Amino acid sequence: MPLWQSIPFASVMLPLAGAAVTAALPPRASRRWAGALMAVVWGLSVGLIVCLLTGGGSFTYPMGHLGAPWGNELRAGPLEALLASLFSGVMLLSLLGGADKLREDLTPGRQPFYSVLLLLTLAALMAQVYTNDLFTAYVFVEIITLCGCGLIAARSGTGKSLSAAARYMVMNLIASALFLLGVILLYDLTGHLLMDPLRGAVQVLAADPARELPLTMVVALLCVSLAIKGALWPFHTWVPDAYSTATPTGAAVLSSLVCKAYLILLLKVLTRVITPEVLAAVQADQVLFLLGIAGMLMGSLHAIHQRELRRMIAWSSVAQVGYIFMGFGLRGGLGMGASVFHMVSHAVCKSMLFLAADALIRASEGHEALRNLRGAGHRAPLAGVCLSAGLLSLVGIPLLGGFVSKLNFVQAAIAAGGIREPIALAALAVSTLLHIFYCVRAVLLIWSQPEQPLTAPAPRIPWRAGLALGALLVLNLALGCLAPPVWTVIQSGLAVIG
Amino acid sequence: MSLSNYEELAAIALFGIGLTLLILDRNLIKKIIGFSMSDAGIYLYLAARGYVEGRRPPIVENGVTDAAAYINPIPTGLVLTGIVVSVASSAVFLALAVRLYERYRTLNLDEITDRVRKEEE
Repeated sequence: MPLWQSIPFASVMLPLAGAAVTAALPPRASRRWAGALMAVVWGLSVGLIVCLLTGGGSFTYPMGHLGAPWGNELRAGPLEALLASLFSGVMLLSLLGGADKLREDLTPGRQPFYSVLLLLTLAALMAQVYTNDLFTAYVFVEIITLCGCGLIAARSGTGKSLSAAARYMVMNLIASALFLLGVILLYDLTGHLLMDPLRGAVQVLAADPARELPLTMVVALLCVSLAIKGALWPFHTWVPDAYSTATPTGAAVLSSLVCKAYLILLLKVLTRVITPEVLAAVQADQVLFLLGIAGMLMGSLHAIHQRELRRMIAWSSVAQVGYIFMGFGLRGGLGMGASVFHMVSHAVCKSMLFLAADALIRASEGHEALRNLRGAGHRAPLAGVCLSAGLLSLVGIPLLGGFVSKLNFVQAAIAAGGIREPIALAALAVSTLLHIFYCVRAVLLIWSQPEQPLTAPAPRIPWRAGLALGALLVLNLALGCLAPPVWTVIQSGLAVIG
Repeated sequence: MSLSNYEELAAIALFGIGLTLLILDRNLIKKIIGFSMSDAGIYLYLAARGYVEGRRPPIVENGVTDAAAYINPIPTGLVLTGIVVSVASSAVFLALAVRLYERYRTLNLDEITDRVRKEEE
């Protein structure tokens, strides 16, 4: 086995082992150490993409060198490597961009533990991307859930973040119980936990009419539990408070990475275990499709009503998750591909939005409300440009990642045909219209002249935040202008994933 | 036909009661109890499904290495892992409940939300 095939293993174990020593470091050193480990994982993941594209195909890595069906396995293909590099890279930029705010929001005693949480989240995200075993996936889902609770509640001195964390825990523990039940019932029916043997066993079950009810139950449990964790409407109730009270790094990591990890797990379950044919046979794809469309519309409708910038961005996440579920529900590989591309473009966009929103709020004497942000773009130009680019990307303006996302969804809808085509196209049109309402309104607001200029000079954006915002802006433009290579990696990854 | 799967029935009842508590009760401590109960229900179900009547626990005794002499060890292992996970979740949630109680002197989640909203204004 060539050495580079150990990269998935290293990506999980490095942050996990690194997290153990982080708690003992002083605050500043702990952040540097965490950032360095994220950079190492990012470099390894990029190397893995290159190796897989030149070496071809995908491979499985037996943990402890015990082969299937007994051992635990990791599996890596181009799709997994792409997502791993995205997750580690965006997490590094989120930490970089929010580091100065972290020092204000957290007491010094808590800051090393925050770095521990970030590293554990990274390890669990990597495990979620690479794992081939459903029970391992459950264990790491729980690790992400608990870390997420810490990321929300860590902020010092506010009762709001504690109550948001409590709501988050209730919804996520319900989802955990349902997910565990789904995995256990599937194990009970088939006797397997590894995805490859499970796939064959599920095909046998699907051919037996007497097993239709248990199989439908398993599909429903897995889909609903991951939909709750991924914040699909109507299971999104914990999202607005959690994202808008967390410190910017936490909000960026939760909205752009953590919720994607659950959706990636769902994608792996749907393509590798359940398979699209069985999904259609139990009619779960229609449910996913309709819930996705409902999420797209409801998320944007609520975003229009928000009076605070960060809550508006949080509600917009609910709409974006709706897009991804609609893609899952569109039959055929194009729908899945469009969903994965949207995960990538949304991860890059949402982290930039949360960091830019924080910089604008700081430039406006800490006011959260939209009406107090009038003219904030003039006081913090880089943050204003980034916020505008991110919001316009959500609308789907060309040259930005969101445009390619929407184009992919339209193509997938046309390829799907049937009754889904008009429904999906109409939903995309209405949703874009709703996006225009709240996104363009916010963009116009931050660039208009303030009624009464602030007396205090606006604080400069720290260089770290400026660097992170600049890098994310470049990534957004790159996704919009140079989408074909990313699309090729996604398609080649999806081709070998099944 | 006599009913023999009592363990599974008990597991379903435990899971149902636990999940209902977790969803519907407003008291944080009762929610945590509900979470523990629903997980315990799942573990009981798993352990019951892995048990084979008349066989021994999966620990080699007296040199008997025939797999047919023992019950399936995997569900037992999964239950152990699962218990660790749910202990960790309960601990984190309990810590959160303690912090909320220290601040608001109540465990009712609705009341806490109201108080937070008033603090905002």
